[in-house]
Amino acid sequence: MEEKAKVRVENLTKAFDDLLVLDNVSFEVKEGDFLCIVGPTGCGKTTFLNLLTKLIEPTSGQILIDGVPADPHKHNISFVFQEPSAFPWLTTQQNLEYGLKIKKIPKKEMEQRVNDIIELLGLERFRNAYPHEMSVSMEQRVVIGRAFAMHPDLLLMDEPYGQMDIKMRYYLEDEVIKLWKATGSTVIFITHNLEEAVYLANRVLVLSNKPASVKAEFQVDLPRPRNVSSPDFIEIRKNITDMIKWW
Amino acid sequence: MPVDERKESVKLRVRSAAKSFSARKEIFEAVNDVSLDVYENEFLVILGPGQCGKSVLLNMISGLETPTAGTIEFTGGNRNLGFVFQKTAVFPWKTVMENVELAPQIRGVSKAERRKKAQYLIELVGLAGFESAYPRQLSGGMKQRVGIARAYCSDPDILLMDEPFGALDAQTRYQMEEEVLRIWEKEKRTVIFVTNNIEEAVYLGDRIILLSECPARVKAVYPIDLPRPRNQIDPAFLRIRESIEANTDLAL
Repeated sequence: MEEKAKVRVENLTKAFDDLLVLDNVSFEVKEGDFLCIVGPTGCGKTTFLNLLTKLIEPTSGQILIDGVPADPHKHNISFVFQEPSAFPWLTTQQNLEYGLKIKKIPKKEMEQRVNDIIELLGLERFRNAYPHEMSVSMEQRVVIGRAFAMHPDLLLMDEPYGQMDIKMRYYLEDEVIKLWKATGSTVIFITHNLEEAVYLANRVLVLSNKPASVKAEFQVDLPRPRNVSSPDFIEIRKNITDMIKWW
Repeated sequence: MPVDERKESVKLRVRSAAKSFSARKEIFEAVNDVSLDVYENEFLVILGPGQCGKSVLLNMISGLETPTAGTIEFTGGNRNLGFVFQKTAVFPWKTVMENVELAPQIRGVSKAERRKKAQYLIELVGLAGFESAYPRQLSGGMKQRVGIARAYCSDPDILLMDEPFGALDAQTRYQMEEEVLRIWEKEKRTVIFVTNNIEEAVYLGDRIILLSECPARVKAVYPIDLPRPRNQIDPAFLRIRESIEANTDLAL
């Protein structure tokens, strides 16, 4: 596995007038890493994500991808939000093609990538279905497939499984690991669910209360698929819980 | 079976309840032949996968839906229920106090009397000092506390809670689970709590009724004998969670 830093966040600080939300956050994400970010409610995770996506500008500090400042025109940055965001007027196939067309990927490769994703996700039956014909979880799978089809430099996921029941979550979490392994993408995954973080991540970054700074980092080297009831798993989960428990 | 001894304290009896809807030319079956008893002062959890018909079952119990077949019998005679919903149904134009005192106010209870009761409940749910705040000034967890206090204030025989913490983040959820048990232990009521979250079910329930995927049927009943307060990462807790998970349907 390559050890080079794909994404480097340097002294990132964001203040809205007097309100300091992010305080000097620095960390690196290696190429092909799966990083989960957890933190207490209202600690500034969303602001942090909006900075990464360049939806808002930092007060100071910077984000580098491959050593140059992150730029949506230059880099492929994909997002998956909590609410599924498939285009309602497009079929599954057209949703998957959408970003690839914008990036002017040659037709042949586009077809290949779309077919690969449809096969990986078992969506053949829904290839020509529109989002309103699917369940919410199915739609979210299309959105996640669409994000991975871009072979993004960086894939940002913000609580994509927040509202789903656990069986569905396990299923989708295993699926996201499968996609991640197949595409070698670098993923930053934000969640409130500590069990989910330990289940998915190579590394977990714990943010402090507002203003958010990096409080701790946990390397998670457990073999996959992981067992949420194993003593090693519980130990890591407990350590992280103790760091952010306020209730 | 201890079931016979407990017969006296049955609060609610559901027998072979079924509900189907006609949608265009098809008949959609949401609940199929559900029978269950709810005992006095128990914390009963109804657990099922997403969109399995849990809310339809609850709506039949509450009287919002009429069963297509089967019966729902309240042993106390009348249907005296309190509700807490997932979408916080507190009125945005009313203060915390005005929301909580609503049911006794409608019933014509005098101001002094209902205020006294509402004040007690506001303090019980941890909102002392917020009596004159409006919902928009409160966080999601605090709004649900208002909803819980309001439901208690109507003095219900049975409290129905339909995924009340579904919209909260995982950590606020743990906090609210502790809160709802603390309140329940202080003000014992019969609670029917609907959720799709297995961990939450095992943490809260005296008994869990596991439903199948749609149409909902009773798949299994789990009495949970773990002492309270329960610990989500205790091995015995995780064993129960795992066995329920293994028995749950995946509704893709």
